[in-house]
Amino acid sequence: MNMPLSTSVPALRPGYRMQWEPVQDCHVLLYPEGMVKLNDSAAEVLKRVDGQRSVGEIIAELQTCFPSAAELDADVLAFIGDAHEQHWIRFR
Amino acid sequence: MNNTGSVFADSRPRPEQGPPLWLLAELTYRCPLQCPYCSNPLEFAEHKQELSTAQWIDVLSQARALGAAQLGFSGGEPLVRDDLAELIGAAREMGYYTNLITSGMGLNQARIEQFLEAGLDHIQISFQASDGEVNNMLAGSRKAFEQKLAMARAVKAAGYPMVLNFVTHRHNIDQIDRIIELCLALEADFVELATCQYYGWAHLNRAGLLPTRAQLEHAEAVTNRYRAQLAEQGHPCKLILVTPDYYEERPKGCMNGWGNIFLTITPDGTALPCHSARQLPVTFPRVSEYSLAHIWYDSFGFNRYRDDDWMQEPCRSCPEKHQDFGGCRCQAYMLTGDATQADPVCSKSPHHGLILTARAEAEQPQPGIEELTFRNERTSRIICKG
Repeated sequence: MNMPLSTSVPALRPGYRMQWEPVQDCHVLLYPEGMVKLNDSAAEVLKRVDGQRSVGEIIAELQTCFPSAAELDADVLAFIGDAHEQHWIRFR
Repeated sequence: MNNTGSVFADSRPRPEQGPPLWLLAELTYRCPLQCPYCSNPLEFAEHKQELSTAQWIDVLSQARALGAAQLGFSGGEPLVRDDLAELIGAAREMGYYTNLITSGMGLNQARIEQFLEAGLDHIQISFQASDGEVNNMLAGSRKAFEQKLAMARAVKAAGYPMVLNFVTHRHNIDQIDRIIELCLALEADFVELATCQYYGWAHLNRAGLLPTRAQLEHAEAVTNRYRAQLAEQGHPCKLILVTPDYYEERPKGCMNGWGNIFLTITPDGTALPCHSARQLPVTFPRVSEYSLAHIWYDSFGFNRYRDDDWMQEPCRSCPEKHQDFGGCRCQAYMLTGDATQADPVCSKSPHHGLILTARAEAEQPQPGIEELTFRNERTSRIICKG
């Protein structure tokens, strides 16, 4: 897997949508005929994937919101890299 | 959207049974095409009644409150319903991810735009083959292939994600490379290479449809070659190959378990745990008579094959029973006459010989496309009478 650059700007792939599902008590990613349950950290990252913020900005924002999280940047980079490999997101 | 209080009051998930996550809305059994592997019931001509717009909206609302998030509008051909845009709009407003599963017949630029405005998330178009002649012969329509090509291009041009679905069988599976090339040229986001599953009309035509093992292995090898190429290019198109369970030694975990996550509503409002279940000797509830919460959690039909109390040997003591749930209840019933038997696909089943016979049949010369029984009203009525 290629690690994304901190200057890359990720956006959800067209036709992909994240939303909160109260019955499942979690965020899900919806796409053609598919649905993935997201854990809390994945949802916090994807909430900020909007085609405006860069990877670096997303990491900085998350570090502000979750100051006690250790090695947050590595986890976020790995997740964004994985989401890109799965074609959930693409880079602008 | 008006939700009745009783739906909300009764919609909390019960700990022992999760909620439905997928809703398949079979809006109609009407269809301009005649594919001989249609999954609709053979006797579809007997079920002419269709839910009204208001009834469908109520069903969508109840299922959404229970937890359904993925919604497929299917049929028959859902485009024959004039209220489709209204249903899409209502569903999207409720928060569904809305999928239109269509043959493309009856689609046009105006409707593509109308659906986009209503919030439709995705369109799946089915093809019958990669070349016009075979496609149109299988579809029973001379205009089908050109229309499908034009609509696939229009769907992508409008910005929708698109799934292309090819049902494969012995008459088209050898062209799988051309099928994949066509899908890539049409910029499909997902390609479903779905080998026939032998229910409904496909079961009736099984001898003329089931590919040989060599045909399947060739198709798998070609698909894997394309997958490797796409991965190397970082190409977003995903190839999904569904192989027929007739060549497996263990059955599929059908529908992820009976009444586990899937809910189908037929055109007349009968609720089913899968779209083939109507043929089983089980009475299924109608949405006109019961709330969906009652249907999902409490009805006899949806509880009939949940858990494993209903199982016989060899399933009952099988260590794999929680992986495959004994396979498919419809297949067990169609092939053995008893829906509580193990799915004969399983090599442990005493009826596995039926599957071996079907495989042997596939090695023999079989009738051509023109000799298959096509799915249409006239034939359905004859089958009903028989």
